[in-house]
Amino acid sequence: MDTWNVLEYAAWALSALFGLHMLIDWLRTDSSYSEEVLTSSREGELEAMAEAHKAG
Amino acid sequence: MADFDITSKTMDGIGPHGTKVGLLRVLGPAHVWALGVGIVLVGEYMGWNFSVGKGGAYAGLIACWFAGILYTCVAMIDSEVTSTVASAGGQYTQAKHIIGPLMAFNVGLYLVFAYTMLEAANAITAGYLFSVVASMTGHAGDLDQRPFIILVIMFLAWLNYRGVLATLTFNLVITAIAFVAILVLFLATSGILGAGIMEHAALFEGHEMPYGWIGILAAMHFGLWYYLGIEGTTQAAEEVRSPARALPFGTLAGIMTLAIAATLTWYVCAGVLPWEFLGDGVNGSVAPLFDTARLSGSNALIWLLGFGTLFATLASANGCINDASRAWFAMGRDKYLPGWFGAVHPKYRTPYRSIVFLVPIALIFALGAPLDQVITFSILSGLLGYTFMPLNIILFRRKWPLNTIKRGYEHPFHPIPAITLLTLCGVTFFAVFLGYGTQLVAMIGFYIVVSLWFHFWRYRFVNRGAQFTMPWPKPRGY
Repeated sequence: MDTWNVLEYAAWALSALFGLHMLIDWLRTDSSYSEEVLTSSREGELEAMAEAHKAG
Repeated sequence: MADFDITSKTMDGIGPHGTKVGLLRVLGPAHVWALGVGIVLVGEYMGWNFSVGKGGAYAGLIACWFAGILYTCVAMIDSEVTSTVASAGGQYTQAKHIIGPLMAFNVGLYLVFAYTMLEAANAITAGYLFSVVASMTGHAGDLDQRPFIILVIMFLAWLNYRGVLATLTFNLVITAIAFVAILVLFLATSGILGAGIMEHAALFEGHEMPYGWIGILAAMHFGLWYYLGIEGTTQAAEEVRSPARALPFGTLAGIMTLAIAATLTWYVCAGVLPWEFLGDGVNGSVAPLFDTARLSGSNALIWLLGFGTLFATLASANGCINDASRAWFAMGRDKYLPGWFGAVHPKYRTPYRSIVFLVPIALIFALGAPLDQVITFSILSGLLGYTFMPLNIILFRRKWPLNTIKRGYEHPFHPIPAITLLTLCGVTFFAVFLGYGTQLVAMIGFYIVVSLWFHFWRYRFVNRGAQFTMPWPKPRGY
């Protein structure tokens, strides 16, 4: 088994680690916050607040 | 100006209007540049050279410059509209405000498919690069590319999941290195620093236009590779600190960078590699800049361009994950897709569900589809998006003429860029039809079917009253 065979296993392991981290965090986040909070993002709110968008 | 502070947790400019968790406004013009150029630069390292195979070295240069004009028009139009409609979703959000829901749905899908397919293609390429390095370093037998393909997608998705600032700062560093590598290769091989190895005259003699003008026309298809993806800067619109400044600055600096990189790439590669070898991206020169470095005989250049190729591939995949997830998120937020996708991570402030959802789709294409089909799907989706842009800007200027709303940037010479872009899109569609007619027809058929689904079924779920979010006056004529 040469270095590249070891790297192949390392790549599988790291991929699983990154995937698991995202999945666990995802489940934890979804169970810690309400759906209303998580999906409360609204488009264009900074513009409504900061930009007058008037002629001239 | 309103009283807000983006570093504040309570008055960051979005809280008071009902958004409890929104995307984070932390990016500057350099990140916008890194996003746009990062997605594209891999096209300089590989892919563009198929244009040489279609019509010879001069066809490659003509395609480079005509595609450059096409994308300059794209960058100018995008800079004006996005600096005014500064929201995640980019062209999808533009279409929603300026044309209508059906166009927006289609444009949103073009974006998601173009970027997800490009991400898959980049992952396949990265896997291939690892296998080349393995064989160069003495690995016996074929390397299993799958773990490296999966690792690229999983690592970059994880990075995107964790936050946009780290993601695009990473892109900025690796994109800058990949761009500098092209400059160094040019300086080292052209004779400016040390002895030159260019042989343009000898290599071109008798092969100026091997397939005539039709070859030059056919080359346009792959000329897009030099710049494909620069329009992705618009997806950062909701995360930049100052959309009116950062988006035009980053996008226009990006297209200038790419015009320089594309021309230097053609000059360096066409002056060293014979056109038959250069133009065959499968059995000939897969990575022309790297092959040019190998012919230079300099180990330092070989390493530099080797890393440049890998970094450009990673930067492209990284930017694609960022952009596809923003487009998917924006469509979810408007209920064009299930509203569940419109969620933002309360800690990392990223569209985390959209990022994770697109991972298996990218993996399926990266592991199960041939590279050329994946790339063609991406190019065609992009081209459909470019065709929408001239119609978009013409309607935008007609409905809200200059001085009726505040624009971050006003592009000059309207409507010449729009007409030029539409004409070049027509030429490129014909060029694509010459080589990939079946895929083109199949793809348009696919978009017609999903449009019917959206019109007759999905649109009933859309939150119609909340679609138009920009505080603009009524459009002229309504």
